Amino acid sequence: MTDYNFAYLDEQTKRMIRRAILKGLAVPGYQVPFASREMPMPYGWGTGGVQVSAAILVPEDRFKVIDQGSDDTTNAVSIRKFFEATAGVATTTHTTEATVIQTRHRIPETALTEGQILVYQVPIPEPLRFLEPREAETRKMHALEEYGLMHVKLYEDIARHGHIATAYAYPVLVQGRYVMDPSPIPKFDNPRLESAAIQLFGAGREQRIYALPPHTRVVSLDFEDHPFEASKADHACGLCGAGDTYLDEVITDDRGSRLFACSDTDYCEARRAAGHAGAMAAPYAETQA
Amino acid sequence: MYVAVKGGERAIENAHEWLAEERRGDTGIAELSVAQIREQLSLAVNRVMAEGSLYDADLAALAIKQARGDLIEAIFLIRAYRTTLPRIGHSVPVDTGAMACDRRISATFKDLPGGQVLGPTFDYTHRLLDFRLAAEGLASAAPCAPAAEAPMPRVTGMLGRDGLIQEEHDDGAAPRDMTRAPMEYPAGRDLRLQALTRGDEGFVLGMAYSTQRGYGRNHPFVGELRIGAVPVEMEIPELGFAIEIGEVVLTECETVNQFAGSKTEPPQFTRGYGLVFGQTERKAISMALVDRALRWEELGEDNVGAPAQDEEFVLSHSDNIQATGFLEHIKLPHYVDFQSELELVRKLRREAGAEQMREAAE
Repeated sequence: MTDYNFAYLDEQTKRMIRRAILKGLAVPGYQVPFASREMPMPYGWGTGGVQVSAAILVPEDRFKVIDQGSDDTTNAVSIRKFFEATAGVATTTHTTEATVIQTRHRIPETALTEGQILVYQVPIPEPLRFLEPREAETRKMHALEEYGLMHVKLYEDIARHGHIATAYAYPVLVQGRYVMDPSPIPKFDNPRLESAAIQLFGAGREQRIYALPPHTRVVSLDFEDHPFEASKADHACGLCGAGDTYLDEVITDDRGSRLFACSDTDYCEARRAAGHAGAMAAPYAETQA
Repeated sequence: MYVAVKGGERAIENAHEWLAEERRGDTGIAELSVAQIREQLSLAVNRVMAEGSLYDADLAALAIKQARGDLIEAIFLIRAYRTTLPRIGHSVPVDTGAMACDRRISATFKDLPGGQVLGPTFDYTHRLLDFRLAAEGLASAAPCAPAAEAPMPRVTGMLGRDGLIQEEHDDGAAPRDMTRAPMEYPAGRDLRLQALTRGDEGFVLGMAYSTQRGYGRNHPFVGELRIGAVPVEMEIPELGFAIEIGEVVLTECETVNQFAGSKTEPPQFTRGYGLVFGQTERKAISMALVDRALRWEELGEDNVGAPAQDEEFVLSHSDNIQATGFLEHIKLPHYVDFQSELELVRKLRREAGAEQMREAAE
């Protein structure tokens, strides 16, 4: 694909996106409008993340793409192939080897380090959207730090259900200023939003970019008497035995049998390669045959 | 025993090959050529050019072929291609008053300078399936008259001379471009018109129809509908003057809307405007009605809370490529989100169950 510029987008467009990214990093949690381009994959398929990745990739990068924590889900494969074809960058499935990781719905289990960049695909960047559908209004609410509506919503959840009934895309307060949607990651991942890596959020259809610089303070919204809790399925991984990872629930037959396994496939494989085994695991060597 | 699923890559490749086979269909039937689509499915081609925002009939026809006739998919192909094109410059405004009209009708005047020209329209056809078309090789030639020499001035211009219709002013500002800058609300009329002309035909039609049924009614008459070719000229800096670089076929609709006046405006007729690539009159008329509905504020009308009066609502939902992408993305895996919901629902049910037990015990 030599007909296209490195990483598909032309340099002027990349420059425009980089300016939005820099502004986002300068004002953590603030949604920066950007002139999102029409990409050769559909809106909703990660066009925001793809544009951010295209703007920051350099030829020396090693790129990893995950969707639902896995490198092998179809859309992760599709996006990885897109950048293999248009940027020719090296790719990897190993979190520790990657310099840029594009993700949908998960933060890798392995703590990220300085120098790494995590790029999120964001469907609806506005945390207040389902409380107030109008962009003109929500922008004003952010400007005035008018977040009462959000607290009322969380309070009503508790009054009605006894719990905050938000399990993913759980809103956070960034550096004591902006309420931010962390994209639809499970709330289990929220504590890892405080990271040594740069985190960039791209919403293509909604034309917004926002960012968390390394070590930004990110607090999940809660109440003193109902503190935030990062919950997960109450099981250990059936394959690698890990007890502290986010788990996928896989239906294994029609009689109600379930397997719980790490959603982060790279993390799980690394543990199995190191000799850890869960209750339902075949010997690791066998699965690699 | 469960082994993590691999093979997304092979599945995708196989799916693409199957898709290509399905697109071609029965190989015993002759393949459609791009030229055949361009010539014989020209209204589909026009829609793809209009909503794809790219005036190229051959590319639109190719996109329709590749998309198996799914026009929104074809529009998507054109949009994605359009993004990669460099922007060399812009044309001078086209003069639709000097259009070489194939069709030109006015619903407000029985006769007018330049006359009524019905043109190639479905309007008065009886919608009876023509089984002769099922037999191949039927070519028809319509009678032909010499091109009209008389100019066809715009109807709204004639009304304007008598001061009966609200005047449009050119504020001289360069129109903004929603494909180059993020949309911000309130957007203003230039961006509204751009969003409407490339918006989904069905959506714009539905919005326009809702105004006719009373959700923000604005009493439109088709002052004029004209379809035809206009020359496109561009200023060439090295030359210092504009030269003609081609021509485009456009459909233009100006509605004349009854208006009793408001706090700020005297009684007069007002206008809605539609301009769309190709022969696309349903879209152009719809666009004019929605444009008029969105102008409530500048004309000092009341906002009655109708959807078609709500600029942010109309503009942020009119693009079918955005809409279809976001709608269809729910096909993508969401196991992680679903899992977290599953945990939450189980927890809430456990607690609700315990609560019921306690109440029953009491």
